[in-house]
Amino acid sequence: MSLKEEVEILRQIPLFAKIDPSRIKLLAFTSERLTFQPDDIVCKQGDIGDAAYFIMAGEADVIVDTPSGPLTVATLGKNDVVGEIAILIDIPRTATIKAKTELTTLKITKDVFFRMVTEFPEMAVEMMRVLAERLVRTTDDLQKAQERIRNGS
Amino acid sequence: MEHSIYKYILRYSMKQQVILTVLSVLSFPALYYYLELPKLIINQAIQANDISFPVEYIGFEFDQTAFLYLTVGLFLLMVVINQAFKYVINVYQGITGERMLRRLRYELYCRILRFPLPTFRKKSAGEIIPMITGEVEPLGGFIGEAFALPIFQGGYLVVIMSFLVIQNWVMALAAIALYPLQAYFIPKLQKKVNLLGKERVRLVRYLSDQLGESVSGVEEVHAHDGSNYMRAMFSNQLGKIYDVRYRIYLLKFVIKFLNNFIQQLGPFFFYAIGGTMVINGSLEVGTLVAAIGAHKEMAAPWKELLAYYQRREDARIKYEQVVEQFEPVGMRDEDNQLIEPEEIPRLTGELIASNLELSDDTGNRILDGLSARLKLNQRIAIIGPAGSGREALTQVLARLIDPDRGRLIVGDLNLVTVPEAIVGRRIAYVGQHGYVFNASLGDNLFYGLRHRPLHEVNYTGEAEAARLAYIRNAELSGNSTDDVDADWQDYALAGVEDQETLRDRALEVLEMVDLGDDVYRLGLRSTIDPDQEPETAELVLAARRLFFDKVEADPSLKNMIEAFDQHTYNTNASVAENLLFGTPVGDAFDLDRMAENRYVRKIIEEAGLTETFLSMGYQVATLMIELFAGLPPDHEFFQLYSFISSEDLPDYQALLGRIDADRLDTLREEDRLRLMSLPFKVIPSRHRLGVLTDDIEEKIVAARQRFAEELPAHLKSSIAFFDAEAYNPATNLQDNILFGKIAFGYAQAAEKIGTVLSQVVAEMSLRGTIIEVGLNFQVGSAGGRLSASQRQKLCIARAIIKHPDIIVLNQATSSLDLSTQVRLMKNILEEFSDRAVIWSLDHADKTLDFDCVMILKSGRVAEQGEPAKLKETSTLYKEMLAAS
Repeated sequence: MSLKEEVEILRQIPLFAKIDPSRIKLLAFTSERLTFQPDDIVCKQGDIGDAAYFIMAGEADVIVDTPSGPLTVATLGKNDVVGEIAILIDIPRTATIKAKTELTTLKITKDVFFRMVTEFPEMAVEMMRVLAERLVRTTDDLQKAQERIRNGS
Repeated sequence: MEHSIYKYILRYSMKQQVILTVLSVLSFPALYYYLELPKLIINQAIQANDISFPVEYIGFEFDQTAFLYLTVGLFLLMVVINQAFKYVINVYQGITGERMLRRLRYELYCRILRFPLPTFRKKSAGEIIPMITGEVEPLGGFIGEAFALPIFQGGYLVVIMSFLVIQNWVMALAAIALYPLQAYFIPKLQKKVNLLGKERVRLVRYLSDQLGESVSGVEEVHAHDGSNYMRAMFSNQLGKIYDVRYRIYLLKFVIKFLNNFIQQLGPFFFYAIGGTMVINGSLEVGTLVAAIGAHKEMAAPWKELLAYYQRREDARIKYEQVVEQFEPVGMRDEDNQLIEPEEIPRLTGELIASNLELSDDTGNRILDGLSARLKLNQRIAIIGPAGSGREALTQVLARLIDPDRGRLIVGDLNLVTVPEAIVGRRIAYVGQHGYVFNASLGDNLFYGLRHRPLHEVNYTGEAEAARLAYIRNAELSGNSTDDVDADWQDYALAGVEDQETLRDRALEVLEMVDLGDDVYRLGLRSTIDPDQEPETAELVLAARRLFFDKVEADPSLKNMIEAFDQHTYNTNASVAENLLFGTPVGDAFDLDRMAENRYVRKIIEEAGLTETFLSMGYQVATLMIELFAGLPPDHEFFQLYSFISSEDLPDYQALLGRIDADRLDTLREEDRLRLMSLPFKVIPSRHRLGVLTDDIEEKIVAARQRFAEELPAHLKSSIAFFDAEAYNPATNLQDNILFGKIAFGYAQAAEKIGTVLSQVVAEMSLRGTIIEVGLNFQVGSAGGRLSASQRQKLCIARAIIKHPDIIVLNQATSSLDLSTQVRLMKNILEEFSDRAVIWSLDHADKTLDFDCVMILKSGRVAEQGEPAKLKETSTLYKEMLAAS
C-alpha cells in the first residue's frame, strides 16, 4: 500500500475530511504503518495511550474487561479509528483492542499529531468542530436517555 | 631525590657528561686552525708577504697558486671536521638529555604511585599532569648540554681569545673590555626574571587545575548557570599570567639589549684603535681583518654562554619546583611495591587491630585508639553514624591509608609493613565509586590479576632484537623493563589453570554481580575478527542457520524479518544498501553519499539506471517539497523524516522550477548529483513512496551482481559483502545471526525477533561465547561508555575474581538500586562463606545476614557481636535498627 492510498483512507475520516490534502500526506508520511498478526494486542485496557490507530485493512475486536471476564463489545473495520481520545488527553485505554484478522493500521503518535496541530491551526479548528459535533450528539443522546429513564420510572 | 639538578645530572649521567666534555675539548685544535687559516691565506698565499715562492712543504714544492689551493683546501677540511664534531656532540647531547628526561619522568611517576592517599586531596590531577608532561620537557634539552655547552663554548671563546692575544694583545683586551660589565649586570636582572619564572610556573599549574575542574564539574556549571563566573575566574587567571609574562618580556629584552649593545662596541674599538695602528704602520691590514673576523666569531659563543646561563637558571627553578612537589610526607617505601616475596602467605585466622589512630589534615581524630579482633572466616558488617570512622577504618584495613599509630596483625604478619604484593593480592577493596580504566571490559576485570609478567613472550628474529634494544634503553634510563605484551595474568591467584578456565570463572563472577546480561548485550553488538576467532565465527554462522530455520518454520514470523538474499531485492533496506549489498568498511563508500561515488555512478550508468534514478529523484524531490516546504526551517520533522535538509530545500525548489521533468538527461552535473542522491535513501516498505517498481528493483539486483564482480582491486577491502555462508567481519554478532532486516510496519517485530534470537542462543549455549566477545568491549575514558552502576559492578567483579582472603567493601553497592543491592549482597556473602568479608554499611537492617556486626562510635568500636545477640543486648544496635 502506498502513501497515496493511505492519504485516500485518511481523508475519509471525518476529522481530516476538510484538511488540505498535502497536510494529510505529511501526516501519513510521518506516521508508521503497522501490521498486526491475528490475536496481536493493539492496545490494552488500562494502559496509558500514546497513539491513535487508523484501520486501513482487516478487522479488530474491542474487548472490555467485565467482572465475568473479557467481553467483545464491538468489531472495528476499515476506516475506523481507535484511541483518538487518548492522543488528546491522558486517560487510560477504556478497552482492549485485539486483531481479529491480519490488521493493517496507520499509527499516529500523540507527538506527531500535536506537532501537526500546532503547526497547522486549521487542523486544530477542524478538530474542535468534530469534537463539538460529537459533544452535541452525546448531549442529545444523554437527554434522550434521561427522558427514557424518567418515562420508565 | 636530589635537590639540585646538577647533583641529579652527575649521579645518573656522569659518564655521558665526561664523554661530551672530552669530545668538546678534542674539537678545539681544528677550531684554532680554522681561525688561523684565513690569515695565512690572505697574508701569505694571496699577498705573498714574508714568503718566497716556490715554497717547500712536507717534501713537496708549491708555487703561489698551488699554495693558495693547498691552504683553502685545508680550510675546507677544517670546516668539515668542525661540523662533524658539532654533529656528533649534538646527537650525543640529545640522546643523553632524552634518557635523563625519560628517567626523570619515570621516577616522578613512580613517586605518584607511592604517594600516601591523603596527598591527592590537596593535589589534583590537573596540577600533577603538567608537571610531568610539560614542565620537565625543557630539562631534557638542558641536561644534555649542562656541562658540554659551557666547556665547548667557553673553550671556543678561549681559543678565539688566545688567537686574538697572539695577534695583538691590545686589541684583544679592547674586545673583551666590556665583558665584566655584562657579567655584573646580567645575573642581577636574571634573578628578577627567575623569580617571575617561578611565579609563572605556579600560576600555570593553578590554571591547569582550574581547567581540570571545569571539565570534571561541567554538569554543575550548566546546572547553575555558572559559566559567566567560570569565565571571569579563568580570565582573571589568564590576566595574572599575562602580567607576569609581560614583566618577564620587559626584563628579557633589556638583557638582550645590553648584550647586543656591548657586543657591538667591539667593532667600534677595532675600527678606532686597529685603524689608527694600520695608518701608523704598526699593524697589517690582514691582521686587522682576521681580528675583526675572530671577534665576530666570538659573538656567537658568548651569546650562547649567556643564553645557556638563562636556560640553566630556568631549568634549575623548574627542577626544584617539580621535585619539591613530589616529596610528600609519608610516602611509601620503594621496596614496598617492588619486592616480590617468595611465597604469598594466606591471611587466615584472626586480624588483630590494636590502638589504631588516624587524624586528618586538620588534626581531627578519625580513628581514636581503635582496637578490634576480626575472625577471617567471618562476614563482618561495620556500621556507625557519620563521623564514626567507618570509611577510614575500611581504608586502613585494606592498607590504602597508613594509620598514624597502631598495629594490624594477621598471624605473624605485620600488615602495616608487609609489601603490597601480599596486601594487594590477599585483600580486595571496593569503594563507593570504583575506577574503571580506559581499556576493554576484560582488561578491567582481570586488572587485579596482573602483578608481574608471568609468562614471557618468546621473541625471535627482528622482534627479539627490538625487545633487547628496548630492554637496553629502559635500563639506561632506569626504567622498568617488564614487557607489557607478556602474559601478566596470575591464573593461580584466581584459582584457575589457564585462559580458558579463567573465562569460565569470569562468566560466573559476572553473573554474581548481575553484569552477565549487560556484557551479553554488549557482546551481541560487538564485532569480531573471524580470522582471529574462527571458532566463534563458525558458531555464529551455525546460529544464523538455526535462526533462519526457526523463522521459516513460523509463518507469523516470516514477514517480520527479511533475510539478505543475493538474488532478491530487500524491501526493508535502502536502495543504497541494496546496491552495495554489504557493509562499508572505511570511508570509500558512505551509505549517505552514494551518488558522489564514481564507481557507484559507473555501475548505475552501465545498468541503464541513470535515467530511472534521475526520475525517481525528481519524484522524491517533488514530494519532499510538497510535504515540507510549509514548515519552518528548524522544525524537527526535517531531521526526523525529510530526505532533504531544510538548508538544501530552497536549492531543490529552485532546481525543480528550472528543469523539465521530461528532459532530465540534459541536466547540469551538479543538478544531476542532487537528484541522484535522493533515491539512494528510499526504503520501500518504510517510506511507501511508490517510486520503486518491480522492474527497477530487478535492475538494481542485477546491478548489485555487477557491482561486486567489477569492483576494482583497491576497493575490494572497502566492503564486507553479505554472504549467507560467510561471517561478515564488519557487522556485529547480532546482525550476523539475524542476517537480514527487521521488517518495518510489523507490530512488536523487534521484540518477537529478539525472542527467537534468545531461543537460538539458549539452544546452542552461545551465551558464554557472546559474553566472551563482550569482554573485548572498550569501556572508554574512565569507563564513560558504561553506566555508573555497570562500572561499580565491574569493580566488585574485579575484586571477587582475584579470590582474596579478605574483601573490604566500603558501601560498595549503595549506588545501586535496592533490589540489586539485596541480590549482590546475597551472592557476595555466599561466595565468601569461608573467607572474610568486611563490609561498611549505611543501614543497620542490611547487617542481619552477617556473622558479626561491629558498631563504631567516635573512632572506636562501641559494640561487636552476632546480629541476633546484639538485637537483644545492645540498645545502640536496636536504636540503629529502628532508625533504618
